[in-house]
Amino acid sequence: MKQLVIPAALALMLAACSSTPDADKAGAGAPVESRGPGVATVTTGGVDSHRLPPELTDPNNILSKRSVYFDYDNYEVKPEYRDLVASHAKFLTQNRQFKMLIQGNTDQRGSREYNLALGQKRADAVKRMLALLGAQEEQLEAVSLGEEKPKNEGQNETAWAENRRADMLYNGEF
Amino acid sequence: MSRTLSQIRRIGLFAVCALALLHASAHAQLTIEITGAGANRIPVAIADFGGDPAASRILTSVIRSDLERSGLFKMIDTGGIAITETSSPIFGDWKSRGADALAAGSIGVSADGRQEARFRLYDVTRETVLGGSAFVTSKPMLRAAGHRIADVIYEKLTGEPGVFSTRIAYVVRVNAARYELHIADADGQNAQVALISKEPIISPSWSPDGDRLAYVSFENKKPVVYVHSLASGKRIVVANFKGSNSAPAWSPDGRRLAVVLSKEGGSQIFIVNADGTGAQRLTSSSAINTEPNFSPDGQFVYFTSDRGGSPQIYRAAIGGGDVQRVSFEGSYNVTPRLSPDGKSMAFISRRDGGFRLSVMDLASRQVQVLTDSYKDESPTFAPNGRMILIATESGGRGVLSAVSTDGRIKQRLSISAGDVREPSAGDVREPAWGPFNK
Repeated sequence: MKQLVIPAALALMLAACSSTPDADKAGAGAPVESRGPGVATVTTGGVDSHRLPPELTDPNNILSKRSVYFDYDNYEVKPEYRDLVASHAKFLTQNRQFKMLIQGNTDQRGSREYNLALGQKRADAVKRMLALLGAQEEQLEAVSLGEEKPKNEGQNETAWAENRRADMLYNGEF
Repeated sequence: MSRTLSQIRRIGLFAVCALALLHASAHAQLTIEITGAGANRIPVAIADFGGDPAASRILTSVIRSDLERSGLFKMIDTGGIAITETSSPIFGDWKSRGADALAAGSIGVSADGRQEARFRLYDVTRETVLGGSAFVTSKPMLRAAGHRIADVIYEKLTGEPGVFSTRIAYVVRVNAARYELHIADADGQNAQVALISKEPIISPSWSPDGDRLAYVSFENKKPVVYVHSLASGKRIVVANFKGSNSAPAWSPDGRRLAVVLSKEGGSQIFIVNADGTGAQRLTSSSAINTEPNFSPDGQFVYFTSDRGGSPQIYRAAIGGGDVQRVSFEGSYNVTPRLSPDGKSMAFISRRDGGFRLSVMDLASRQVQVLTDSYKDESPTFAPNGRMILIATESGGRGVLSAVSTDGRIKQRLSISAGDVREPSAGDVREPAWGPFNK
């Protein structure tokens, strides 16, 4: 019973959080000071991630794994990640009230904006595979963080490989 | 004097950076990195000004350090004697000191009670007046008056407008959860914080009128393009479509922006009105298309694309037509930035494993690599086109550096974010040089 109530509550939250460009524009006059010491910090409201169904967070469940790793300057989903992506596609198909944000990332070599576009390619590739396997367009958003949010800040191949990644996040996790 | 000037023109105005960027930290440190010295610097004497000695000291030290750091002038010792703009200089004395030009002036009180800085500039060799001006200012703005005077002297002696009274924007990454957008004078002083965010801020771009900055903020966990009015702090969302929104670039008339949107799949360049309405797609290739930059005549958008297999620079006509490839040498050429006269293009080229600031003469397609760096990024031209400010890395930390556009003088100034007592003072990055002061 508990398990049924939680998705319903989540769906309500999703509805409340769904954003359109217009809604964001209305809130765009956020109090940001232009000068001097009294500058307001802009922060976004966090969402409680503890309300996800256990299958998404249980370490023994494949759905708890969210990352797809890529080769250098490449945006093809490698065969070893197909099961993972397929499992999430199945979950989304069976739980239409869920939405997913796919965040693409790159290593820190090269231009920031070019890397942003490269991260977008990675996120788009995962999104395309999810859609092919049954997830609906309305459930999915692919965005890029480029090289801006490295998981590993090291300057070596191990760190770079860890940062060439797309993460699949459910509402409540971003 | 005239001999010196023609000499200067002949060698092509090797202007060098006058950029000193100070981090907001109390222990911020200015590092001047000189890898070559300019020959043929014009010897100039800036005499102490008459009037209030304390105000004179502030004013003349700003003028002297502006001119000196430009790399184009050599300061002649003036012996600490105040000379006003009304006294007749003894040219013979200044000739024997080696000065080609002399500036003298005073600080007085204007009719409405504010401070007034007056000065006069002399050609010592020909014993004539080259020019003069008066600037009315309030006391906190004395430094600004000094930059204005330095601009006049620079222009009279080199024939090019000075950029000492312009402003620059840059981003400081204080730590993984604090990013700040700063606005500072071109000498790095007077830094003010325009925005503080827990998430990254990238790609600041000045509106042509210098009143607003467009940038990309990740405060909504995805890239969204904002336009931020600096005086009021008011922000508007210009692009927040499904997917990523990034890489804003102003049209020269300030009415439109080129942005990169992924809403139709991939990264495509769109032209939108400055209020975010009327998005029209410019690129149609399924490859990556990003980093748009308008040509100064507003006719073309230069951009980076991997449509040919590796990232290269292309240009598209705003009115439609074929897309032309612009860069050919090497396998990684990104971030095109047109010079203010539209004749050359700064960009970042990967050479021997390093990302290096390069300049292409657009008529001849000749490329000159200006640095031997490992990690140059985000070039931005001074509004007089004589220097390029970049982000680069020094000692594992992000710093800003300025390089002369013709590469003839290898003199660079860079700013470290903090001193050794504050090893984690953060990275300085994403510079954008503002337009001429109105």
